[in-house]
Amino acid sequence: MTKLLTAHFDEPKLHELETYRRLGGYEGLKKASQMGREALMAEMSKSNLRGLGGAGFGAAMKWSTVPAEAKNPGPRYVVVNCDESEPGCFKDRVLVTRSPHQLIEGLLIAAYAIDARRTFIFIRGEYEVQHKILQKALDEARTAGLLGECAIDLMRGAGAYISGLDTSLLETMEGKKAWPRQPPPFPTVSGLLGRPTVVNNVETLSMIPHIVMRGGEWFAKLGTAKSGGTVLFSVSGHVEKPGVYEFPMGTPLKDILAAAGGVKDGKRLKAVIPGGVSTPVMTADELDTPMDFEGPRAKGTFLGAGGVIVLDETADMVSVAHNIERFLAHESCGQCTPCRQGSFWHERILERGLSGGGTADDLATLERAGENITGKVICALGDTVGVVTRALMKKFPEDFKARFPERRG
Amino acid sequence: MAKTIKFTLDGRPLEAREGETVLEAAERAGARIPHYCWHRVLGNPGNCRMCIVEVEGTPKPQVACRLPAREGLVARSASAAARRAQASALELHLVDHPLDCPVCDQSGECGLQDYYMDIGRYPSAMREDKAHAAKRVPIGPHIMLDQERCILCTRCTRFVSQVSKSHELGIFGRGHSEAVGLVPGRSLDNPYSGNLADVCPVGALTDRDFRFQVRVWYLDETASICPGCSRGCAIFAHTSTQRPWHNQGRRLARLKPRYNPEVNGAWICDEGRYGFAEFDSDRLGRVMRLQGTAAERRWDSVSDEIAVAWHQVVRNKRPDGLAVVASGSLSNEDWKAFKSLFVDALKLKRFLFTPEPDQVGTEDELLRRRDKVPNLAGGMALGFGAQIESMTWDALAGEIEAGKVWGLYVVDRDPLKVWGEKGRELLERLDFLVYQGPRKGLTGDLAHFRLPATAWLEEDGHFTDFQGRIQGYRRALAPLGAAKPDWAIFAGLEAAWQGGGGL
Ligand code: SF4
Ligand code: SF4
Ligand code: SF4
Ligand code: FES
Repeated sequence: MTKLLTAHFDEPKLHELETYRRLGGYEGLKKASQMGREALMAEMSKSNLRGLGGAGFGAAMKWSTVPAEAKNPGPRYVVVNCDESEPGCFKDRVLVTRSPHQLIEGLLIAAYAIDARRTFIFIRGEYEVQHKILQKALDEARTAGLLGECAIDLMRGAGAYISGLDTSLLETMEGKKAWPRQPPPFPTVSGLLGRPTVVNNVETLSMIPHIVMRGGEWFAKLGTAKSGGTVLFSVSGHVEKPGVYEFPMGTPLKDILAAAGGVKDGKRLKAVIPGGVSTPVMTADELDTPMDFEGPRAKGTFLGAGGVIVLDETADMVSVAHNIERFLAHESCGQCTPCRQGSFWHERILERGLSGGGTADDLATLERAGENITGKVICALGDTVGVVTRALMKKFPEDFKARFPERRG
Repeated sequence: MAKTIKFTLDGRPLEAREGETVLEAAERAGARIPHYCWHRVLGNPGNCRMCIVEVEGTPKPQVACRLPAREGLVARSASAAARRAQASALELHLVDHPLDCPVCDQSGECGLQDYYMDIGRYPSAMREDKAHAAKRVPIGPHIMLDQERCILCTRCTRFVSQVSKSHELGIFGRGHSEAVGLVPGRSLDNPYSGNLADVCPVGALTDRDFRFQVRVWYLDETASICPGCSRGCAIFAHTSTQRPWHNQGRRLARLKPRYNPEVNGAWICDEGRYGFAEFDSDRLGRVMRLQGTAAERRWDSVSDEIAVAWHQVVRNKRPDGLAVVASGSLSNEDWKAFKSLFVDALKLKRFLFTPEPDQVGTEDELLRRRDKVPNLAGGMALGFGAQIESMTWDALAGEIEAGKVWGLYVVDRDPLKVWGEKGRELLERLDFLVYQGPRKGLTGDLAHFRLPATAWLEEDGHFTDFQGRIQGYRRALAPLGAAKPDWAIFAGLEAAWQGGGGL
């Protein structure tokens, strides 16, 4: 099976420049500058590379919306979103730990593509080890003269999940409260300090050297019609071998589970959360779903950032819902009322259910409140508040009926 | 001419100016869409999610405050789905709201109450314990904060960053533990802090002066102009006369800014807002003769007595020995009668319009003017500036001392206050002293004749602001006792003078 990002993960010193170069590293950067911008953009569009941070927006498409220098003279930026905080997702951490130069190379190519001279890597504050690794890799690359005219600055987060969303990440970088902005304008038009800014995820950027080296068509063919290449899955929960697995786009969910050794202790599978806690749950009957950006969507959920959480028969879905809503309530930026209040209300109702005080009326409230939050808030976190619990209620009604019974008498 | 954009809201054709949002255009046309965070001066962060509308051809509902009006757009704010979304946003605003309306000053003019009655009226599904936060936090000399009632609309933080530019307030914490509070080490004491009680759509920021004084539904509202300086800010006077035992018996309950984009936007300064709290104290209501036979008079007889006195002293003394001290608080109507009496009929030469020293104050870029009287410009417009030079306080004192001035007519000014103890001696030397004004001041007791005038809220009138703009204000309260507008007093005197004062 073709692996790109994790191909050389067996190499113990892959994080060092020497090893990375020995294995062909930074050839993509050289090739990209030889190709020229236009040819590079053409390969990118052919590749069908999608944003792997969760939104799945076409990467080439995003780059192409940066206004031309003539139309908007002045600096433009590339920002690497390495603020990976979605529960269930840890692939960026692995990528940065094992192959930091792959990211730096991708970043330099992206900067070249949009003519940015200044770039930033915004890394989650809790990723201390990864921060050091990246810092070291950057120093190596700088000393080796690989950065050319492009500056790369490392910035650390302060522990807010919401900063992982592109517009609040930009606010955070500007030293403000991490409140998402409401596009339009989109960051590619007005981003960091009001300048055109491409915000790309670690995994997305890490793919770029491979596209440059092997060609956009080759990359696209690895995947499905609309989602090119491969994708990393962070598999966790009740599985034998949790970890990060790379698969071509469109690989059925069951193959991913099999790679992770199947359900732990031979228990029965109950559910899978496919893309991190903010994606709606799937049942054990939906394992044939092809895991690209389109497959899960047909089942009412999302590929997200590939955080596959496996739940066995012992999982109480009310408890799962409570766990997720508590997280969202804690991490809601607090800007929009429906999200700020709605998440906390969800948490409390579910908590009451768990401690034996729930009634069927609460289910109606959760259904109604959830529906009224989704699609009526500023960012995806708020949408999630309404979506996740309702999906769990819909797919596992028995669990909820048990905790929220009809009133007796 | 800017392009106009035609669109439809709830079946009603509306016009927007270029760049306007649906909410702005609707507000201008008087079509109401529920909203909290949007404020016509402070912008549209789009965080309250109350202004949700359905837009034809768009699957997702939109917030009207961030929806640019486009040609042909068809929006619905009153459809069942839009109403449901708005009601739900309201429900979520109220999830942790304390609902202490019975003791909340905002009650009666509260965005939460209003929308609950308009679009809410759902049965409460909230069974959890409400979250609690700090209540009764005096965050500045004028403003009380109640964090539990706050809906985090960010209007207040936008005000202190965009308007007063004083940055005392911030939103601290995250998610449901987020709260508005003071930046450490600061106090909300900027010269415009009173506006925060107005921008807050709920009872989270209330006015400490107004706290527990009177229920807003017992107040009457009258459009007026602030007389606090020569800016001429548009205001509403809120008066309490329906329940005279409320508000500690004071008739004027509070002043509020009235939106006027050309003069004051949506704001007034604290000096203007709180400067008239004692509107009803030290007031004059009786026409008095205080020298010789001290007794109350009727208006017609007092006018005659004054006219007679004038005729007598003018016959004996130089007419230009009669000086007039007048305040820039007179209305244009007053100034006209003033000029007719003192300049045209009596042909007087000595006038003092210079403000009292404490009527010259701070000026800033936002609203406040140095000149703390509203209408010197109105007087100047009648030609006093060009024809008659205003004296200084010192010069007038000198002339009284030198015996050049034997009589004084004081309109709403307090020479005794300006001159101090020396003033008493000066005033006692005069053969003739009339005091006219709404308040007695220190000088009132020394006058030979004391005439009660109405205060600005008790008459209709016009002020001319420092930019030459003429603005009208309406009578909000009945005059006290026999008090009459200054123009009517001047007119009565002029008629008596012309008639020879019954001589
Ligand atoms: S939806 Fe939630 S997290 Fe997103 S902007 Fe609104 S309050 Fe913040
Ligand atoms: S702000 Fe005051 S009046 Fe408004 S709902 Fe809350 S407690 Fe009641
Ligand atoms: S205190 Fe008032 S104005 Fe400020 S955020 Fe809260 S509700 Fe809005
Ligand atoms: S008024 Fe539109 S979201 Fe608040």
